[in-house]
Amino acid sequence: MEKRKVTNVLIVGVGGQGTLLTSRILADVAVRMGFDVKVSEIHGMAQRGGSVVSQVRFGEKVYSPIIKKGDADLLLAFEKIEAARWLEYLKPDGRVIVNNERIDPLPVMSGKVKYPDDIVDRIKAVVANTLMVNATETAIACGNVKAANVVLLGVLTAATGLPVDKVKQAIERNVPSKALEVNLKAFKAGLELYSTVV
Amino acid sequence: MKELMIGNEAIARGAFEAGATVAAAYPGTPSTEIVSSFAKFPGVYAEWAPNEKVAMEVGAGASIGGARTLVAMKHVGVNVAADPLYTFSYTGVNGGLVLVSADDPGMHSSQNEQDNRGYGIFAKLPVIEPADSQEALDYCKLSFELSEQYDTPVMLRITTRLAHSQTLVETGEPQSRELPAYKKNAAKYVMLPGFAKGRHIEVEKNMLGLKEYAETTPLNRIEWGDTDIGIITSGICYQYVKEVMPDVSILKLGLVNPLPEKLIRSFAAGVKRLVVVEELEPVIENFVRTLGIKVEGKELFTLLGEYSPELIEERLLGVDNSDTFGFSAQVPGRPPVMCAGCPHRGVFYTLKRMKLTVMGDIGCYTLGAIAPLEAMDACICMGASIGTALGLEKARGVDYGNKVVAVIGDSTFVHSGITALIDVVYNQGTSTVLILDNETTAMTGHQDHPATGRTIRREPTQRLDLEQLVRAIGIQHVEVVDPLNLEQLQAALETELNRREPSVIICRRPCVLIPHEPAREKYYIDQEICNGCSVCIRLGCTGLVYLDSPVKSERKAIINENSCVNCGLCAQVCKFDAIKVVEG
Repeated sequence: MEKRKVTNVLIVGVGGQGTLLTSRILADVAVRMGFDVKVSEIHGMAQRGGSVVSQVRFGEKVYSPIIKKGDADLLLAFEKIEAARWLEYLKPDGRVIVNNERIDPLPVMSGKVKYPDDIVDRIKAVVANTLMVNATETAIACGNVKAANVVLLGVLTAATGLPVDKVKQAIERNVPSKALEVNLKAFKAGLELYSTVV
Repeated sequence: MKELMIGNEAIARGAFEAGATVAAAYPGTPSTEIVSSFAKFPGVYAEWAPNEKVAMEVGAGASIGGARTLVAMKHVGVNVAADPLYTFSYTGVNGGLVLVSADDPGMHSSQNEQDNRGYGIFAKLPVIEPADSQEALDYCKLSFELSEQYDTPVMLRITTRLAHSQTLVETGEPQSRELPAYKKNAAKYVMLPGFAKGRHIEVEKNMLGLKEYAETTPLNRIEWGDTDIGIITSGICYQYVKEVMPDVSILKLGLVNPLPEKLIRSFAAGVKRLVVVEELEPVIENFVRTLGIKVEGKELFTLLGEYSPELIEERLLGVDNSDTFGFSAQVPGRPPVMCAGCPHRGVFYTLKRMKLTVMGDIGCYTLGAIAPLEAMDACICMGASIGTALGLEKARGVDYGNKVVAVIGDSTFVHSGITALIDVVYNQGTSTVLILDNETTAMTGHQDHPATGRTIRREPTQRLDLEQLVRAIGIQHVEVVDPLNLEQLQAALETELNRREPSVIICRRPCVLIPHEPAREKYYIDQEICNGCSVCIRLGCTGLVYLDSPVKSERKAIINENSCVNCGLCAQVCKFDAIKVVEG
């Protein structure tokens, strides 16, 4: 990764999916690699099952903690329609990694609005570099559905060429010891998941 | 090694390094993590005060007592604390006092987006604004020095983006500080008119001193670059400007009250076009105009919401940042919702069914106002539910009063509902007040308060007994119900609304997010019985999904097992007994 250029990663999902842990681990890795790093997250109302976003920026010198629209190199979406919601932040030649997970928002649950089932195909039609993975399934296979965030971190690591050992160490620093085993397993599974889908 | 910190943690660290030993706050997004972080340092006192006014007063007392003191609150909290603040500005300090005002442009989690730099002007306070976490730490430390040097409380003003963004911080060693001697000084601290007149002279002198200081302080700096355009900015907007226009000339202000006249004049003289980039009110812009300098500001930007790099790029460089993919408008919204199993849900369901007029308050339960519950008529500020309910009753007469309830959370009731309840009793209102007691301050992330019986460090303390309190106020009719028991709740409401006397119903059940034993019973929806009437769906619970179909007989509700916590609320509202407990 070139130092001068700022890398912008937008991590989006639904409140409760653990996007914050993923962004914090990614930021930790970037700090240890010697980059200037900024992370923006929003607390409060957004956490109540709403749409959540955290933004990680790293490079030689970073000013804004938020990513400019149309400037994200990578959009990591924990849920399908959240990928579409935040797509306007992606660079025209950016890439999307989306978890094959559907979480119905209230207007869909109550039958007022239809969930757009074809949404990932529509994203693929405009963003060539779109990858859909079954992180939730993989996490369940690893022993805990909640580790889907770390599976996705594994996919992101493999996709971007981040140093695997450094990410592993960052997981060890950021995950409580009782959950570490399943998370390391999930990380490894995420790395493998990337090689099987690409 | 440098570490990542959100702005709020960095402020707490700065206060600790400055030798602050007392901190007080009432939780409020985006300020909460300031004092909760400070409480983790060794050898310091930190508290959740019942409200911001008390926090400010505890801070004033600690400062008079010689301690360096940190007080933190969200922007609207400063309204609550304004009374002591305006006069504490006259008395000045003994130990330095820093008041953090966390403003919320864009209203991520607030009821308005007031700009608290205005308080600096009206209460005659220096206002300091950092632009990242390192500055938050450094400026907080410096604020304590300035507070003592200019004998005034200092406002450290931040916004949500600074409070909750992590940037790299280099920490320093905490400074050990001797507590200065306490000396009685009535002329300084007793604000009788005679003494206050003397203090006002001191305040004006101090402000003149600060005006001089503003011209030379390292808090304000010019970064010369391309002189075709010069930008005056402060806080997070500085970062947005640097992001999109790294080569322009910038006057970055860290001290935003008082503003540096000479520095602004010399900057303006060095650039061809002068623009102020500031969120919310045109505070800097108006000052520049009073100097007779040609400047652009709000005619390019907006008084509304948060700024962003793309906004600045669009308005100053004419770049079109409209959505390249055109997806965002087509995606179903994902509004925040009450959690599955939330004890508030059944309350609003019942209030809606009974067609009551509901005066609401601030907390998670304000979500009772939005679809599908839509059971709230008004919500203004912390504690307003009870006073507004009384006012409505007085406007429309006592018969209408039988249809009016006030709904207020436990933490909010302690914050500022108690005096309004005294008014209801004193002025013979007949309102029914529902205290939704979930035994925590849930919205801001589960902080304790006087009625939880635990301190900020979760140590046990004397618990404020809400039943005893409301009885002592003079409420004769106090009922405690389980808000997940709809029959009990509705019966209590019917009884109390029909009385021509005030009453309080305490709906008591801990927030579902507080760790607890999982429910023993598990529910399912019998698909043979369910006729898709969607009454349960109108609870707005994420534990239920509606399977729509063009064929009426195929419409069904099912339980979403990923979310459902088996609270049993839906089973109570189903008219066909289709929602059942799994046997065995």
